Amino acid sequence: MTKLYVARNPRVAARSLDGEMMIMSGRDSTLFTLNKTATILWQSADGSTTLDEIVKLRICTEFEVEPAEAMQDAENLARELAGHGILQISEAPIPQGKAVAGETR
Amino acid sequence: MPQLTTEVAQHSLVIEIGGMPVRVNTNDPGFLDLLQNRYSGFVNDSKEAEIEFDVELAPPNPADRDADVEVKYRFGRWSLTRGDFRAEWEPSARRGWIRQSANPYSIDAVLRIVHTLVLARQGGFLMHSASAIRNGKAFLFAGVSEAGKTTISRLAPPDVTLLTDEISYVRRQGDGYVAFGTPFTGELAKVGENVSAPVRQLYLLAKGRENRIDPVAPGEATRSLLANLLFFAKDEALVQATFHSAFEFVNRVPVSRLTFVPDVRVWELIG
Repeated sequence: MTKLYVARNPRVAARSLDGEMMIMSGRDSTLFTLNKTATILWQSADGSTTLDEIVKLRICTEFEVEPAEAMQDAENLARELAGHGILQISEAPIPQGKAVAGETR
Repeated sequence: MPQLTTEVAQHSLVIEIGGMPVRVNTNDPGFLDLLQNRYSGFVNDSKEAEIEFDVELAPPNPADRDADVEVKYRFGRWSLTRGDFRAEWEPSARRGWIRQSANPYSIDAVLRIVHTLVLARQGGFLMHSASAIRNGKAFLFAGVSEAGKTTISRLAPPDVTLLTDEISYVRRQGDGYVAFGTPFTGELAKVGENVSAPVRQLYLLAKGRENRIDPVAPGEATRSLLANLLFFAKDEALVQATFHSAFEFVNRVPVSRLTFVPDVRVWELIG
């Protein structure tokens, strides 16, 4: 099975408030509120941990769910978040801290 | 020797909203009078201005009349366009120009946009809300169209100073926030008083069958605040700054839901 790496997109704004993770796309100002699973995925998406490791070590330990089912759900979720520009997905580790520099003013 | 140039009389005035003076230059005295009336209470004789705009009046362009507002930053300049105006503003030079017909609505939109851009970098914002001062404190009443902003403003008793019935101006100051009066009006069509006060409370408006105040969870408060902020620029840095400003505001200012029936007794709960 191909390993997938996920990383937070540094070009979005994110804040946690009372356990609720809210994210705003810098691209189109869309606001997202993440559920618990998506929040764990977001917080674990460091670009160097694979998706299956996140599922095994963080999601399956938090929720009573079969690993195979959790993996499928997590991959679907990661792809959905990537579609909104919130996460990045790659088959190789994703270096962090390489946000595209904007013009300064 | 014949004179080759004609000196055109330049007229100007300073419109100061939220403590930010903006000079507007025009060569049309009629347009100057229009601005004097429109921004009555917010016009002063200050020599200093933080931004200066030259207004070039042109006939309306019917072909673009319905085009949406677009705000972009390129090569050190903000470009502001809508069907009824074009404008540019160069922050480093503190100068810009506006091309529009002789009407108060276009320049009003330009001023709103410019203020949101400036405030975004300073932790402040413009918000769809009425605001008013009572007992030295400012109260904000946020809501979309028909939520009751005009109604709550209209019901305000005489000891209340109305800052706006439509667009509130909020600046970060120290550990708190200050609300300023604005000339940006809604249905009430009454320009706010040009005064300011520390923000005491944000109410999310809801019309109901009784007057009551209910707590709002921080997440909902933040989402509601974000939904009511005015922001026009497609600019990642400013979008992020505004997002974080909303969280900072909710951390520092109590947010509640104000359900009310449209009569003056609702003001017994406020202040």
